[in-house]
Amino acid sequence: METAVAQSEFASADINLRLTPDDKIRILRDMYRVRRFEQISLKFYNQGKMGGFLHLYTGQESVAVGICSLLGEHDHVITAYRDHGHALAVGMSMDECMAELYGKATGCSKGKGGSMHFFAPDKNYWGGHGIVAGQTPLGLGLAYALKYKGLKGCALAFLGDGAVNQGVYHESLNLAGLWDIPAIFVIENNRYSMGTSLARSSAFKNNLAERADGYEIDWELINGSDLYEIRAKTWTAMARAHEHSRPAVLEIDTYRYYGHSVADANAKKYRSTEEIEEYKNNHDPLRLYRRRLIAEGVLDDATADRLDEEAKHEAAEAAKFADDSPFPNASDIVADVYWEVDNDTERGRTGKHFFND
Amino acid sequence: MPQITYRTALNQALAEEIQRDENVFLIGEEVAEYNGAYKVTEGLWERFGSKRVVDAPISEAGFVGLAVGASMLGLRPVVEMMFWSFAYVAWDQIVNNAGCVRYMSGGLINVPLVIRGPANGGTNVGATHSHTPENFLANTPGLKVVCPATAYDAKGLLKSAIRDNDPVMFMENTLLYGQTWEVPEEEYLVPIGRADLKREGADLSFIAHGRAAITCLKAAEILEEKHGIHAEVLDLRSIRPLDEDAILASVRKTHRAVVVEENKPFCGVGAQIASILGEKAFDDLDAPILRVSAMDAPAIYCPALELEQLPNAQRVVDRALQIC
Ligand SMILES: Cc1ncc(C[n+]2csc(CCOP(=O)(O)OP(=O)(O)O)c2C)c(N)n1
Ligand SMILES: [Mg+2]
Repeated sequence: METAVAQSEFASADINLRLTPDDKIRILRDMYRVRRFEQISLKFYNQGKMGGFLHLYTGQESVAVGICSLLGEHDHVITAYRDHGHALAVGMSMDECMAELYGKATGCSKGKGGSMHFFAPDKNYWGGHGIVAGQTPLGLGLAYALKYKGLKGCALAFLGDGAVNQGVYHESLNLAGLWDIPAIFVIENNRYSMGTSLARSSAFKNNLAERADGYEIDWELINGSDLYEIRAKTWTAMARAHEHSRPAVLEIDTYRYYGHSVADANAKKYRSTEEIEEYKNNHDPLRLYRRRLIAEGVLDDATADRLDEEAKHEAAEAAKFADDSPFPNASDIVADVYWEVDNDTERGRTGKHFFND
Repeated sequence: MPQITYRTALNQALAEEIQRDENVFLIGEEVAEYNGAYKVTEGLWERFGSKRVVDAPISEAGFVGLAVGASMLGLRPVVEMMFWSFAYVAWDQIVNNAGCVRYMSGGLINVPLVIRGPANGGTNVGATHSHTPENFLANTPGLKVVCPATAYDAKGLLKSAIRDNDPVMFMENTLLYGQTWEVPEEEYLVPIGRADLKREGADLSFIAHGRAAITCLKAAEILEEKHGIHAEVLDLRSIRPLDEDAILASVRKTHRAVVVEENKPFCGVGAQIASILGEKAFDDLDAPILRVSAMDAPAIYCPALELEQLPNAQRVVDRALQIC
């Protein structure tokens, strides 16, 4: 049964009042694009078109899309290996992302990174990182560079609920708090790190973000199924970073529908089917936002369906593009290792850089 | 030409590069107000202020990661490791992030970063403070590894490292910090990837890097004085990139090679060089390639024994005599 659309007290937040109907439709469209991109990638993963891991973001789309809808010229993003949503949300094309999954030369990383390592520095998107929490000090460093250069911006470093237990995350928090670095750490709390539930991985009183108190950093809890809340509370943190160069920790309650990765053999063992269904039925950020926009009169069902269809079509086309694209050449294996070699500089020509023969 | 210490040479290089390029900054533990644990950064904070010379808390993984992130956006951080041994807590940031991010991004990103500090044994501080990770790091394509043996090389190579657009792991030696060499007053660079023939000779090639090159110079003197053997000393200066041409040229001339390093033998730099020689100079060799390394155990504390564990001139001489 379709229930009435719950009011979001955050709809009237200034940053949300500024959204035009077109902006709102674009956000919904981007969420559909992430979902359909991954659905198609799952289909072709299962057909053996790609190797390695495939960590699906399905269920969490509102986080990346909501937050990336706030980015300005000097705002930067970095995340972990569950990175498809952020990549599309910053404006990367489905073609380059799908081709990367296929290991093709036309991929965003020329087939050298794979699913966990998407990059688009021209869109302020710095990956795509495979080591849990390894990206957190890089996010700190991006923010450090902004401050050093006197630019008004911030860096948003996304991490999981499992990543909060890595030492380097805490080192990053301490440095950010100590030095007033405009870094925002976004914990996407989907309640599991692989098969380990929150209760089995973290010692905590109330939540994970609260640990920021130990570093004199402001923190906030966010309901990830409410797109307006994500935007409103993240914007507060971003504005503080921009104006006062202060860091923040945001913890967003969210959920992933699939296993840790598609290869997760235990996907249904560490949590119940009922739990997954409860999320899909009652907290799905896409459905909720769609309903909200319809209630607001921004679009109707037919238009929403059309956005969804377009996203499916775009993803299917991307899979064709990826399929038709060439693999990199064997000679490409040793390119993109050293900047100086790639650019054929004097430095790159001095001494032996590679030891292949 | 003025004689200055290895330490002063490094200090001058840092000062000159901080002055030359506003994106260069120095970060590490005790580098600013304390003037550096080994005084390499002495006076720089007073001269250049807290933006350019930054005291960091004891968080090597955190500030190395910070430096990698900042370098991706175009800054040129120089990170001081109080000891290279402490880099082991930042290994992930160095190898996975600094070393791989260019590759995994298909060449979209580069990391103009220098990590520098002492990497040596011989100071009675035990195994945890005596590591020499040049072989580990040179095993990571994407990283460069530099090991200067003299003040002249230290200055010229550090300036090159800071201007390099790839991550450079710069390994110094506390036993050399106080030693002096001639260093010109005018600016110069030493290219990374070019070895230096520190002594010429016709009978035997010592191939070494870092302080081992100095040890080889002493050994070469003894060989000449006591045995009439003329050894040449090729100082690699950088491990990766490696001056393979210079190695081959030297051995093709002398037909004998002893590879000397303060690192441990297993999979050490000497193993790589021996492999290159075995493959490319096989017909030029008149004797087996020999190696002298630190004795194969964690660095011992005992002051009476530690210098025995490292290659010393006598050990190098004895080894050379086995093939001469
Ligand atoms: C240092 C490190 N340890 C372990 C892993 C293997 N691993 C990959 S993801 C993951 C779980 C992380 O969970 P979380 O941080 O909650 O992120 P999520 O997968 O839920 O997005 C583990 C253990 C890794 N990639 N890196
Ligand atoms: Mg998780």
